[in-house]
This record gives sequence, structure tokens and C-alpha cells, in this order.
Amino acid sequence: MALQDKYKQLTDAAINGGITDLQVREQDGVLYVDGTAANGAVKDQLWDVYNTIDPNFVSGDLVLNVNVSIDAAVTKVKVITQSSNLNIRKGPGTDQPIVGKAAHDEVITLVNRSNEQWWLVRTNDGEEGYCYAQYLAPEA
Amino acid sequence: MKIMKSMAFMALIFSVLFTGCKPKDADIKTAVEKSISAVPSLAGTTVEVKEGVVSLSGQLPDETAKSLAETTAKAVKGVKSVVNNLSIAAPITIAVDEVLTKSVKDAVKDYPTVVAAINDGVVLLTGEIKKDALPKLMMALSSLKPKKIENKLTVK
Repeated sequence: MALQDKYKQLTDAAINGGITDLQVREQDGVLYVDGTAANGAVKDQLWDVYNTIDPNFVSGDLVLNVNVSIDAAVTKVKVITQSSNLNIRKGPGTDQPIVGKAAHDEVITLVNRSNEQWWLVRTNDGEEGYCYAQYLAPEA
Repeated sequence: MKIMKSMAFMALIFSVLFTGCKPKDADIKTAVEKSISAVPSLAGTTVEVKEGVVSLSGQLPDETAKSLAETTAKAVKGVKSVVNNLSIAAPITIAVDEVLTKSVKDAVKDYPTVVAAINDGVVLLTGEIKKDALPKLMMALSSLKPKKIENKLTVK
């Protein structure tokens, strides 16, 4: 229970932020918080709370896995790299050959999200392949 | 005047009745919470009592714990009935090292100063990182189902 107390402010924020499928479980000295946020702002807010309770995330006693829910109807994604081009690969993994690139800020077609980390996309030139999902933002 | 007097009397009776009820529910709540806290597997149970009816809510690891919470509450003196609104938490899934090693490698690829080592589900991070990049890296790693993230990064 001590961990649940330590991160109470976080779980309260999750409840108030309307996180769905919220699961809070403790096992072997680690608290696992899972759920789905309605948007990226809610997720960022939870991470801010986490960073306040445990500055720089050094305690190693929380695994905060909050995904942002994406409307199934979304077909366009924007490339949100820092500034560089985004690699498009043959398969899901950095060990896979690069088959193309998408430019920073470019809007491309989302084909499939069956893999959580690697989304299947198609560029405007018709190139198809996998991109790392963290660098893609769904377009409303 | 007579009516006014009897109404005031009724109000007095009611207030006595209600205040008479309140401590009883509170006593039951304390007693149920005490019994439940004596069992470690029932941690996470929230107890509410209204007119002797106990409502249990929260999340427990399994069905056994859920029914144990109910029988524990029922055994407390003064409890009329128990409404069991407890839910079962989904089991924690930890990625196997083979999968985790690959997915962590993908996640840290764009952080050349970060070194990640995987051992029995634990992700050990060493090296250094810029402060504003740290939350993004932690977000990515936390979604890969690790058992634990040991962050030994030097934050610059």
C-alpha cells in the first residue's frame, strides 16, 4: 500500500482526468498503472505529476503505461520528429531495411495500427512500410 | 400554536433518530475496515456503510480475494448485507526479454548517449540524456511492458 500512497496524487489525477480502463496494481515493489487517455494533453499531465512525485523518474518503482486513444476512423498521421526525416522500414523493427522516408511535418496515410510501436503507413508517393509510432500524430 | 409545537417535537425526534443512526454506521465501517486490513490480499478495498448495508468497491487481484472480502465484511457484527462492487484487476503482463530487448533497442535508437541493458524484464538505463528528452524516453519504455525501469541516467 505504501506505493499506492506515494503515487496517490497520480492515480487521483488519472481518475479526475477521465482515464478509462484504469488499472492500478502493485507487485514486487513496483506499481503498475495502466489506462487509456482521451488525448495527449491528459497523458502529458500525468507524466508531469509523476515527474513531480519522483523527479527524473529515478526510483524505479512505477511503470506508467497510459496510451492515448485513437479514433478508429483516423486515416492521416503527421510526422512529428524533432526536425529530421522519419525512416519507413520494411518490417516493424530498427533491424529492418529502410524502404523510404517521410519528411518532418508531412501528413501521410495510416494503413494499420495492429502493432502498437510500429504503424504501417503509406506516403503520398505510394511507398508503404512501418514507422515508429512515437513520431506519428493522428490528424483529426 | 399546537401544530407548531408538535412539528418542533417531531423535528427533535427526527434529529435524535438520525444522529442516533450515524455513529452506528461509522462504527460498522471502522470494524469492517479493521477486519479487511488484517488480510493483506484485500488491500485496495474501499468500504462504505449506509444503514447497516456495506458496499465494497475497489480492485482486487482475483475472484478468491473478492469473495473473501465479502465473507469478511458479512462476519462483522451489525452488518445487514453486503453489496460487492469489487472488480478484478487484470494480471500484470511483463514482456519476455527477447521481445523487450528488441523493442527497447528501437525505443532508444534516437538517443545515442543512452545505453539500455535488459535483464529479466528490468531495463537498466545508463549514460546521459537531456532533461527535456527524458519524459519522452520514459514514456516510450513504459509502454513496452517492462518489469521495472532502473534509471541511472545522468540528466543534463
